[in-house]
Amino acid sequence: MTGETGAALVELRGIVKNFGAVQALAGVDLEIQSGRMVSVVGHNGAGKSTLMQILGGTLAADGGTIRVAGHGVGAGYGVRRAGALGIRSVFQELSLCPNLSAEENTRVIHSALAGPGWRRRARRLIGAALDAIFPGHGIDPRRPVGDLPIGQRQMVETARAFTETDRKVRLVILDEPTASLDATATGQLLGYTAEARGRGIAVVFISHRLPEILGHADEVIVMRDGQVVGSGAAGQLTEAQLVEMMGVMRAAEPAQMAGAREWRGEIRVAAAARPDARFAVTVRAGEVVGLAGLAGHGQRALLRAVFEAAGHRRGALQVNGTVASVSGDRRIEGIFPLWSVGRNTTIGCVRRLARFGWLSPAREAAVAEEWRVRLDIRAPDIGTPILSLSGGNQQKVLVARAFAADADIILFDDPLRGVDVATKRELYRHVRRAAEAGRAFLWYTTENAELENCDRVYVFYRGVVTDEIAHAELSEERVIGASFGAEPAIAG
Amino acid sequence: MTGNVRAWLDARPWVWSFGAALIVWLVTALAVQGRGMLETLAVALQFATFYAIVGIGQMLTIAAGPGNIDLSIPGVMTFAGYVAIGMMNGGNAGLAAGIAAGVVIGLAAGAFNVGLIQGLRIPPMIGTLAAGFVFQSMAIAYSRTSHAAPAPLLVSFSVARVLGLPVIALIFIVLTVLVSVALSRSVFGRSVLAIGQNARAARLAGLAVRRTLGFVYLASAVLAAVAGILLSAYSGGAALDMGTDYLLMSIAVVVLGGTSIAGGQASPAGLWGAAILLDLVVTMLNVMRVGAGLRYVVTGLIIIGVLALAKGREQAT
Repeated sequence: MTGETGAALVELRGIVKNFGAVQALAGVDLEIQSGRMVSVVGHNGAGKSTLMQILGGTLAADGGTIRVAGHGVGAGYGVRRAGALGIRSVFQELSLCPNLSAEENTRVIHSALAGPGWRRRARRLIGAALDAIFPGHGIDPRRPVGDLPIGQRQMVETARAFTETDRKVRLVILDEPTASLDATATGQLLGYTAEARGRGIAVVFISHRLPEILGHADEVIVMRDGQVVGSGAAGQLTEAQLVEMMGVMRAAEPAQMAGAREWRGEIRVAAAARPDARFAVTVRAGEVVGLAGLAGHGQRALLRAVFEAAGHRRGALQVNGTVASVSGDRRIEGIFPLWSVGRNTTIGCVRRLARFGWLSPAREAAVAEEWRVRLDIRAPDIGTPILSLSGGNQQKVLVARAFAADADIILFDDPLRGVDVATKRELYRHVRRAAEAGRAFLWYTTENAELENCDRVYVFYRGVVTDEIAHAELSEERVIGASFGAEPAIAG
Repeated sequence: MTGNVRAWLDARPWVWSFGAALIVWLVTALAVQGRGMLETLAVALQFATFYAIVGIGQMLTIAAGPGNIDLSIPGVMTFAGYVAIGMMNGGNAGLAAGIAAGVVIGLAAGAFNVGLIQGLRIPPMIGTLAAGFVFQSMAIAYSRTSHAAPAPLLVSFSVARVLGLPVIALIFIVLTVLVSVALSRSVFGRSVLAIGQNARAARLAGLAVRRTLGFVYLASAVLAAVAGILLSAYSGGAALDMGTDYLLMSIAVVVLGGTSIAGGQASPAGLWGAAILLDLVVTMLNVMRVGAGLRYVVTGLIIIGVLALAKGREQAT
């Protein structure tokens, strides 16, 4: 590692954490120097988030020591103490109060923003941070955060972590911030971390996107099964090495069946082009259609409209068939937190399973068990509470719910956000198989790499489709070009 | 071992109210040297029935999630009670018409609530409270013209006993079991609990959110009407203040019974434990000759005690 332990800003030694019988962390050591960016990589369930929660003070460790700036922190270590020491966390599960505006959320962590005019000062503080990190963000700091799309919420949360009043920032923990940011915002954030490091701020950066890590981190720590299994300077590691250390089989590239078939099924979704747009949206049975572009340019609006119009025509939108939807914003739009994996799976198809409004427990259990096995959901049985699963597995349950609903059209609202590489590949295969069985997919994604799985891609800019790209012609440059409103090179 | 006990208790949130009721019952029995112990229980069950009937409806609304509550229950009870008894007018001939009229009032009141909540988008807490005032006022207007007695058949039904147990209690215990099964095994029940946990996710999962919520408020109002009719029969006639207690009691039996005030989870069995507990506490304090002032203090402390025990369980997990 980096030698001179005395200079470490944060020093974790032998951190242990158990959840019931499950050991989430089995003695983890971690050192973070001021002005450096440490990246932590690993599968879902490797213990990254648990470790960060302990460092950020939201979870108490069962064993081990934490030292910040050379001083040991005792049993009373919590969020308050961490805040006072200048440790800020940006979590995967967003921690803003949705009913409060960005300025009010800023006040929440800064007690110095008090007295007359605090609102104005808070607005200036968060506005400046947003402008510095995400120029051109277009966020009104007076709007309730809950009304913002998830990408903008993530921006507010991230920017808030870098705001300073009398409390200075010494370490910012970014737990998968880029999962809900589009390519531009991700680039802006990574660029800003370099600047922050120049000011002596340390950064912990967690991401499943390995190129981001290798391109920007100073050091990389690889975790597996609650332990650190490897580390090194980012410049000396390759993607393949990281993947190997994480324990992922270096499988062949995703099954590239996309766009291979000429057969075309009946039209499931037809949205006439707006007068100012050149492209109409059509989705046929058996097709996987990607929706690309920067976040907030009309992709979600289309998904919402299709969901509302299920089974009939509404205005210029015709939807033939039933619709099921999977959202990547699982806490707000997905899971039923009090329920088991089984009930969370079957809630999408209770009406189909029921006879005269009543469910047969055996039949329901059979359906839930079938999908648990088919999607390889890592839970001992369908009675397991959904909240005891890792994030990626919770997301699989939501996909299982949509598949079990047996709908003609499945809407994906960036559903694989924050899911590890291996799980993603598995799910891609399932999507392809379901499409071959005649289902239609409308798939909004913030990760351009995911578009590889689509037969066709529509690129959105300011609410209209600016390009339609067939699988064979798909290229990152063309998607990015159209995302900024460029005319496609080949007309029609 | 303690883990097992805790898990067992977690799955049965109604245990606390029944446990507390049992203790209060035993204390009462001690105070009177065991005389009339069973009769005390039978009488408690009789009164508990009225709490439990409205409690079922209130439980469904509360389980349907944050913001959902029915505060029109006292108004509906009183109005339905008055009209039903008025139509009976002391004779058995008007029995069917009276009950039908009472139930129709329940349905109409429920529909009115749904209109306020879904049509005018008024928050349920305000909408149902206002609607309750309207129904109470209608009962007042109606009471000027009617001082009827209930149908004798209904009166004997409301006090009838089988094997020493009140018949109406047995009937509504059966209904409670049905509701309990429906909550875990029917599309409607699953929908209510899903909406209570996460209304947005419920909509995206394709559930009929509006229809389910509408049905919940209809059910609550109809149950309140039925409770009003039976209570009027049991007390020999409707009275304008007969619903007053039920505003808070309907909520108290739901929460004491182990239903989460946050929604998404319901504990139908607990309604009975809580209703019996609340009635037995009054009996116990009467038997012990506790003064009126102290009586409220003790009742309050018992409620806090039960909730604290149950909450301690939640935090421990």
